[in-house]
Amino acid sequence: MDPLTWPLILAKMAVQFLPVWIALGLTFALSWHYRRRLGLYGKLFASSVGMIGFAIVMFWVFTALFADLIATHDPLAQLSGMKNALPGTPVKGAEGTWYLLGGDNLARDVFSRMVMGARRVLIIAPAATVIAFMVGITLGLPAGYFGGKIDTGLSFIANLVLAFPVILLFYLLVTPEIRVTGIPTILAAVLFLFPVIFVAVLLNSRYFTNPARRNLYVGASLALGLWAYSGLAFNRDPTGLWSMDPNMLNVFVSVVFVNAPTVFRIVRGIVLDLKSRDYVAAGQTRGEGPWYIMLWEILPNARGPLIVDFCLRIGYTTILLGTLGFFGLGVSPESADWGSTIDDGRRLLAIYPHPAVVPALALMSLVLGLNLLADGLREESMRD
Amino acid sequence: MLFFILRRSGVMLLTALALTFIVFFMTNLTPNLEKLAKSEASVRMSDDQVASWLDSHGFTRPLLARYGEWLGVVPGWTHTDASGRVTGRCIAPDRTTEAAPARCGVLQGEWGQSTVFKRPVSEILARSLGHTGWLMLWVMLVMVPTALLIGVLSGMREGTTTDRVLSTFAIATTATPEYVSGVILIVLFGSATAGISPILAEWGWISGRTLFQGTATSAMDKITFWNFGLPVITIALYGIGYIARMTRASMTEVMTQQYIRTARLKGVSFGQIIVKHALRNALIAPFTVIMLQFPWLLNGVVIVETLFNYKGFGWTLVQAASNNDIQMLLACSVVAVLVVLVTQLISDIGYVFLNPRIRLS
Repeated sequence: MDPLTWPLILAKMAVQFLPVWIALGLTFALSWHYRRRLGLYGKLFASSVGMIGFAIVMFWVFTALFADLIATHDPLAQLSGMKNALPGTPVKGAEGTWYLLGGDNLARDVFSRMVMGARRVLIIAPAATVIAFMVGITLGLPAGYFGGKIDTGLSFIANLVLAFPVILLFYLLVTPEIRVTGIPTILAAVLFLFPVIFVAVLLNSRYFTNPARRNLYVGASLALGLWAYSGLAFNRDPTGLWSMDPNMLNVFVSVVFVNAPTVFRIVRGIVLDLKSRDYVAAGQTRGEGPWYIMLWEILPNARGPLIVDFCLRIGYTTILLGTLGFFGLGVSPESADWGSTIDDGRRLLAIYPHPAVVPALALMSLVLGLNLLADGLREESMRD
Repeated sequence: MLFFILRRSGVMLLTALALTFIVFFMTNLTPNLEKLAKSEASVRMSDDQVASWLDSHGFTRPLLARYGEWLGVVPGWTHTDASGRVTGRCIAPDRTTEAAPARCGVLQGEWGQSTVFKRPVSEILARSLGHTGWLMLWVMLVMVPTALLIGVLSGMREGTTTDRVLSTFAIATTATPEYVSGVILIVLFGSATAGISPILAEWGWISGRTLFQGTATSAMDKITFWNFGLPVITIALYGIGYIARMTRASMTEVMTQQYIRTARLKGVSFGQIIVKHALRNALIAPFTVIMLQFPWLLNGVVIVETLFNYKGFGWTLVQAASNNDIQMLLACSVVAVLVVLVTQLISDIGYVFLNPRIRLS
């Protein structure tokens, strides 16, 4: 069999991505049809920049979802004779299969690894960003609202973390030796507690006047939260449903740790601005508790900038994960994530560029999509 | 103003102490020390031997005391072994026991010995900082004017095609981290098999095999455009987008001000308005951003120096961190933390100076 030419490679790739195209088409058709009823999300479809960004992001989300269908080969399989194969090389011994984007220096399929890498990135980055936001919001709201000593103390700690060069922090936090000392577990124990606190306080302040419902909701959320907490932070979940690979936990915790102080500063800034508004004063006069005012009066009004920052921050987290992979920190050698594939590929960059360029372009397009999406959202949210 | 600077400096000093202590704690964790003992003495040491090695080298003292020793405020440890030979932190091979000072730490200018490079830390640090200094200088010379120009041009007339194109470029560069743009740039300009170099070589336009060099190793002796271009552009690109977007935002804001309209109505030409009225006010915000960009550049420097094999500060940091070189890593983190804190201070003070509307008390 002859190697494929570039137009054929692109066509074959387009066919492989068929599930993604269908899902993307459906999403856009439905969203476009109901866009007037969908609030901020619907308004996104009025801005072309936002729509392009959304399309790119959803492309990668669907790729991660359907990765098993899209990948042409096992991302870990090393086929003989395919070492550093150029894009479009037919697989020896298997009729009708190609290494669409070539093989890497261990003779694995670059295309399949790129597709599988999307899955890992799109699981960790949004999850870590959500946790970072919960930590930042839970601490930023009281810091901005109460001010005083809480604010001074928390701000000092946040500035301390922010003054750390990120890479140095990663080298200190994400090493095999550090896991022996249990520092990642302690960090996880502290950081993962915040989502539980956040949800419990959120529900408690909302249903405070109705003790029966309050007890039910808070109890249920605490039970569920602490169950997940025991599994994720300490790996002691009795049922084994919640668990996290220690490597992954280490990476996850350090990414949350780096992101949370910035979110804290943003939330604090917004609260300082919003707390002098009339509706806050009205709430105080009505006798509403401080946490109700913070979580149910101020926070919904701060959602615009927070949603925009959330999109940007997922992109930033993706970059951070790539940095970790690039320095080979906290990832197993087989891992298909984009950062470590770039690192693997760069050693032979001058001779065989494709193993490094493919994940590099993938990462760049995802972050670009998120930035465009954030830009579109910012434009649209400023309009009302 | 003086009180403000004093208070900020005080907070800064406290932060620096806290941060170096954290780094000290993290680098001096027991597993790291055991690894150090095995790499310094013998790999096949038993646990007892490791413990006694650590004891005889002063690593079993309380953490705070060791931090004080490293800082130079606590007298260094001394140890007398069975044969009566005295060793100690401050007793170097070329210094007798009597002549050795009581304290030797960072404050006395003694940074210790690097275990990877087998040289004094201060020597390695000075050399690598020199290399990085050149890199930073060129990055700044490329990044700041380009970013300001892009920002001013796109913010000058909001919503035009120029604005759209330049803004998209700015977003694209902020979405491209250094390890991505570096890889792409090397493939495009520094690879003998891909990009434009093979074509140029075929046409006979370049004498070598590649247009730019894919490594910057030779730039440590002599900087030329061809060996230094790619690393500088790689770092600069990531920063350009961010600074340009900030400049654009502040430029658009200034352009809607009353005094700009007044100037236009007076009949001042558009170029004059931009240069004389708008620029001065529009460049206050980017100044802070540029100063705060230094910590980010530090990140970029680490990645780019690793990627292009340029033995500067970032490369040294990576070597120290991945080879458990505790003294070197501590020194690197002191430098990194100082860079971050000093730039924060300068940006705060500069902002107050540039913007007379801000009153401190």
